[in-house]
Amino acid sequence: MIRLLTLCSLLVCAALPLRAEEIVVGLSRDEVAITATFDGSDILIFGAVKRDEPAPLDDLGVIVTVAGPDVPVTVRRKDRRLGIWVNTESVDIDVAPSFYAVATNKPLDQILDEKEDVNTRISTKRSIRSIGPSEMGSIHFAEALIRIREASGLYQTLPDGVWLKDDTLFRTLIALPANLTEGTYEIEIYLTRNGQIIDLYNTDIAVKKVGLERWLYNLAHENALLYGLMSLAIAIAAGWGASAIFSAFRR
Amino acid sequence: MQIYLPIAEVSVNAFLLLGLGGIVGILSGMFGVGGGFLMTPLLFFIGIPPAVAVATEANQIVASSFSGVLAHFKRKTVDLRMGTVLLVGGLIGSALGIVVFNYLRALGQVDLLVKLCYVIFLGLIGSLMFMESLRAIRKSSKGVVTTRRKHTWIHNLPFKMKFRVSGLYISVIPPLLVGVAVGILAAIMGVGGGFIMVPAMIYLLGMPTKVVVGTSLFQIIFVTAFTTMLHATTNFTVDVVLAVLLLIGGVVGAQIGTRIGVRMKAEQLRIWLAIMVLAVCGKLAFDLLVMPTELYSIGEGGHG
Repeated sequence: MIRLLTLCSLLVCAALPLRAEEIVVGLSRDEVAITATFDGSDILIFGAVKRDEPAPLDDLGVIVTVAGPDVPVTVRRKDRRLGIWVNTESVDIDVAPSFYAVATNKPLDQILDEKEDVNTRISTKRSIRSIGPSEMGSIHFAEALIRIREASGLYQTLPDGVWLKDDTLFRTLIALPANLTEGTYEIEIYLTRNGQIIDLYNTDIAVKKVGLERWLYNLAHENALLYGLMSLAIAIAAGWGASAIFSAFRR
Repeated sequence: MQIYLPIAEVSVNAFLLLGLGGIVGILSGMFGVGGGFLMTPLLFFIGIPPAVAVATEANQIVASSFSGVLAHFKRKTVDLRMGTVLLVGGLIGSALGIVVFNYLRALGQVDLLVKLCYVIFLGLIGSLMFMESLRAIRKSSKGVVTTRRKHTWIHNLPFKMKFRVSGLYISVIPPLLVGVAVGILAAIMGVGGGFIMVPAMIYLLGMPTKVVVGTSLFQIIFVTAFTTMLHATTNFTVDVVLAVLLLIGGVVGAQIGTRIGVRMKAEQLRIWLAIMVLAVCGKLAFDLLVMPTELYSIGEGGHG
């Protein structure tokens, strides 16, 4: 949202004559359901560039970002104390998307101006930020966050993830890993020329637990006492059942 | 088949969990232990968050102990009175353990605490058991009878009580303290505590061996049930899907294990158990001592 506002003001300030090129987008699905057998999923984002006049000669850039809900996190570092590795220093990061993918048709720095990136926070490193005074060395903690989440597929930078044909048709496939956080995932598609953003399209997709997963999760959080009793009842029934079945076998 | 655990929020292979439950079940059937002290570290290794592993394991132990205690009730080898005293201590200990657990969780040190507890206790019990069974194997050829000490300082404490099934007339303070200690461990480590309780009952309280296992199981049910409730209501970390998968494997495994156990010699069994305990301990200690490849870790929060 903030990103959108900055962009709008940016467009107004730049006073672009008219939007010569516009994005038209389709999604392969409008929600991702986390079921009991959920094992990751893909979203196919495809579209076209609509223009009223012949395309300019300079290179077209297409950037697609998918951002999961922002969650504050604490990043901790281990240090050796008394011979063992213990969590010591920690840095709180106020805003970090739980999932973030940036797919582009060319490496991001070739199609997006550094200044534009600062304003729109498109690159992964700019999508994370701490409000309040940044502590000494907190950059290492932010880097560690990106590194760990990249390793688990939660953060993805795909420099050739967008397939672009004749500067008109584009598509990209974003893989969602199994360990997703629920919430609204914002999808933004930017068109750039000469490093400047010329158009933006945004939409969102809901990621939610469904069925049994939904029911258990809600019960555990909203009705913890009942959930605990239910877990115990299942355990006792299973224990009793097992002993009954096997003693029947023995006879 | 991958299955998504709603509380742990990770996707794991269902057959892996069934298999783990089965293997630990076989071992617990063979050796007559709850298996919690093996299962919880194994859950860490496959990537279940430690807080969820500990809370869920407590729930699973309720099932396996309940299954076990029924057999002991039939044989009348449960000292309900002693069990109740231990239980009172256990509930106090469990509540204390949860307080410590939640405090350290807020500090980001809970993984360390749980792992340290494991290294210390697995190391201790493992080496004691190893040496004891070595000695037993050597002695078995000579046929030495061990004598039990009749009077210790324990018998001079106040608040004496008669425990008829155990044939004891002792102060309630030692069993209470044993209960508290085991309760704390149950909450922090996600174990029933049988592997500490049983030696304490035999050597410290002087209870006859035949009532020890049943009585310990009896009180473990209540302490772990209480721990499960505390974890479920304060941390929301009991994953019932995970518990059910482990349960199914565990229950079947335990029955198979009991049959294998009957065919093996007691000393041999114990030495294998000791080696296994030491192996798990060694792996955990190794992880604490060797520089991790990733020094940073991500936790929830962002407060303060």
